[in-house]
Order: sequence, then C-alpha cells, then structure tokens
Amino acid sequence: MLVWLSVIVLLPLAAVVAKSTEGGLDGFWQAVSSREAVAAIKFTLIASIVVVAVNAVMGTVIAWVLVRDEFPGKRFVSALIDLPFALPTIVAGLTLLALWGPRSPVGVNLAFSKAAVILALLFVTLPFVVRAVQPVLIELDREMEEAAASLGASPLVIFRRIVLPNLRPAIVAGCSLGFARALGEFGAVVLISGNIPFKTEVASVFVFSQIGNDNVTGAAAVSVVLLLLSLITLGLVARLGRVRHEG
Amino acid sequence: MRARFGLRSLALGYLFVLLVVPVGMVFYRAFEHGFAAAWDAVTTPDALHALQLTLLMVVVAVPLNTIFGIAAALLIVRKRFRGKAVVEALIDVPFAVSPVVVGLALILVYGRTGWLGDWLSQNGIRVIFSTPGMILATIFVSLPFVVREVAPVLREIGTEQEEAARTLGASPWQTFSRITLPAIRWGVGYGVVLTTARAVGEFGAVSVVSGRLAGQTETLTLFVQDHFERFDLAGAYAASVVLAAIALSTVAVMTLLQRRRRTA
Repeated sequence: MLVWLSVIVLLPLAAVVAKSTEGGLDGFWQAVSSREAVAAIKFTLIASIVVVAVNAVMGTVIAWVLVRDEFPGKRFVSALIDLPFALPTIVAGLTLLALWGPRSPVGVNLAFSKAAVILALLFVTLPFVVRAVQPVLIELDREMEEAAASLGASPLVIFRRIVLPNLRPAIVAGCSLGFARALGEFGAVVLISGNIPFKTEVASVFVFSQIGNDNVTGAAAVSVVLLLLSLITLGLVARLGRVRHEG
Repeated sequence: MRARFGLRSLALGYLFVLLVVPVGMVFYRAFEHGFAAAWDAVTTPDALHALQLTLLMVVVAVPLNTIFGIAAALLIVRKRFRGKAVVEALIDVPFAVSPVVVGLALILVYGRTGWLGDWLSQNGIRVIFSTPGMILATIFVSLPFVVREVAPVLREIGTEQEEAARTLGASPWQTFSRITLPAIRWGVGYGVVLTTARAVGEFGAVSVVSGRLAGQTETLTLFVQDHFERFDLAGAYAASVVLAAIALSTVAVMTLLQRRRRTA
C-alpha cells in the first residue's frame, strides 16, 4: 500500500521538485521570477483571495438558509450544491461561456476578462464552505441563541456574538479547501479566460503553456510554488481539525 | 421574517445565477437544433471513441482506488506506526495539487527525457501521449476519495465487533468480509461514486499527458475542448450534455446514499 502511494503520488511530485531545482536555487529563482510567471502567480493569488472572501459570506448564507429556513424544494437545492464537485471542470467552463460569453443571451460578455476567471473559480469552489458550515450549524445548540434573544439581543447581535464564533473554524476550513482548489484550477478557467499573459493567465494555465513551449524548468518551478501554497493551506486545515478534536 | 425572506432570496438567487442558469444554458444550446442533431454529434466515431476511453479510465482507476482506499483507511484507523501523519498528508495531496502539475509530474517521470524514459523506450513501452499515462493521471487525481469516506466510518464503528469475531475464531479475512465490510459499505459506495465522478471529469492532468490525438487519446472532456476550439460547438455542447447528465446522476446517487447511510 505504501509502495503504491509512493509510486503514484510521491515519485511524480519528487520529479517536479527535482526538475525545478536542476539549475540550483538560482535557476529556480530565475524561472519563477520571470515577468510572466510573476504576473500569473500574482493574479492567481488575488483571484483566489477574492473568491474565498465571496465564498466565506455566500457559503455561510447558503448553509444558514439550508439549515434554518424551510421552503419547498429545499432538499433539491441542498443536493444541487454538490453539482460543481460532480460536473467536469471543462463542462463548467463551457457552461459559463455559454451564458456569459460572446453569444450571451443576457447580453453580458465577460469572456477573456478577469471577472470571468473569478466567476469560474466561484463556480467550482461553491460547495466547500457550504459543506463545511452545514453540519456545524445543524449540531449547534440553539439554547444559547434563545437565551440571548430573551435577554433582548437583536438577531444581528446574536449572529455576530454567538453563531459566528461557533461557525468560524468551519468557515476557515471551508475557505482553505476552496483556496487550495482555486489556486490550481485549470479546466473551468481555460476556455473562458482566453489565457492572455499579464492579464487573465492563471498559474496553472501558465504551467500548461510552458510545457507546450518546452520550458519545462519554468513550468516545474511555478508548479513547486503552487504545490507549496496548497500544502501550506491544507496543513492549516489539518491543524484546525486537530484543534477541534482536542478542544 | 423579512430578514429571513431576504436571506433566502439572496442564497437562492446566487445559486440560480451561478449554477442553474449556466447548466441549463448548455442543455438549451445542445438541443437548440433538435434532439437528432445532438444525437448525431455524440455518435460520430471520434465521440464514441472518446466515450469508450473515458469508460476505460473509470474501469481501471475506480477498482484500484477502491481497494487501495479501503486498505489505506484500515491502516490509518486501525494501526499505529511511525510516519502515520506523513502517510495521511500524502493521501490528501492529490486534493491540493493542480491537475496540470500532476500531468507535468508524470511527464517528468515517464516522458522521453524523464527519469524512467530511457528504460521505457528501450522496452518499447509508451506511457506519455498514450493510455497508460492517462490512466496514471486519473488514478492520481481520484486517489483520496474512498479513503476519506471510509476512514471516518471505521473510526465510528470501533473495534468491538471485530474483536468479538476474532475471539470466536474468525480468520482476519472472515472478520473483514463478514463484519468490517458490511459496516463500511455505504461509506465505500459514497467514495466509489465520488471517485467515478472525478475519473469521468478529469481534464487538466489527462490533457497534459494525452497529446490529444482525436480518435486515439481523447477522452470525453478533451473532446469537449477540442471541438469547442475547432468551432464545432454542436459537438462540444452535445458531449457536455453527456458529461453533465453523468454529473447530475452522480449527485442523485450521492443524495440517495446519504439518506441510506443516515437510516442505516
């Protein structure tokens, strides 16, 4: 089992790290600090942060509505949340292009813009925060909220002082998973972004085009940056999980 | 009351605009020129070959990852050993790695100038730009699902029943097949569904290692992109509808399994 894991996961990733440092640390540094690479990494980071911020708010709102609200078709909506996990990313990209592209039926053409990239990332990362917050909200003891309400706290104060602190670990965990996903997303972005260097090119698309251009070292170096960023993010999630188990 | 209605509209409106309308649009575009046109577009030789290749990915990757997943979950939950944290982290790595990076990594190991490149070409084995590489990529990206679904179930059921079976003289295999496996079956089922969905939908990693030869190394997701870029929108939308239908049935099965698991 460990052999399988090493062959499938460890060996290939080791090859990427080895390739990126072939020319020593200088070579690595040169490859990641090329203007196009820096622009791609920067845009990926900014887009991912924006996406995570929107997810934190909207994910919590959706989870709240799905747990605390009652309306016809709620079960159907709840099942729908998983659709972005199940839908192939390239189809996600095509669906967004069908709606917000040059042939948009609502007359909004976002194709090849930064907004399009953010939209695509919002689509694929939608389930993370919702699915992290939902179970916590279901388990949450409502007595505290009722006590606060009977003491005269307004709904907003109750949410901010009682509900939110309880949800915070789940929101952070969901955001981290979404962030890691957004950093590496490729399929959903590749059609709608137009992949314009210095404008809409994200890091994964940069890696892809560098493989095509035979600049494998550059591709490997940016890959390592992406890998490190996501591993740090996932490490954060693991630590949070442990804190919650022990606390 | 008004605040509640506002939140509900906000949540449902967001989901509608982000999720429902775009997916609906693809169905509309695919069937815009009638059902027959869409059917013709997905029954061309290239499209059928792509579908076959996608099914091959599923047939190879899903059983392997299921067996590995159950074994890995048992190891993580039931055994104590040095480096367990590292193993757990490694299992989660495919969630964190960009699919494009996975593809690059496989090229660097199995490609012409890769670590095993010389040995492979001497023995006439082609991995990159061929089916084995695509299978390796699919296994990589769908590796964690079964483990992640089964491990919590194992933790929850505890070891009492297994120990009872063992003291009554059951062999390890009997204990596993009669006690453990029935207890984790819903978790395994859920993991298998997720693995299948991921295997069907993989694009980035497969795209890098496939070389994208129509009718040869093109899966259904690659077919979508290829035909979109060649302005064969009918083909791209029709193949997307096939994939979206698979995704929708995945979600339906997941919902059913979740309900079964809760009542089980």
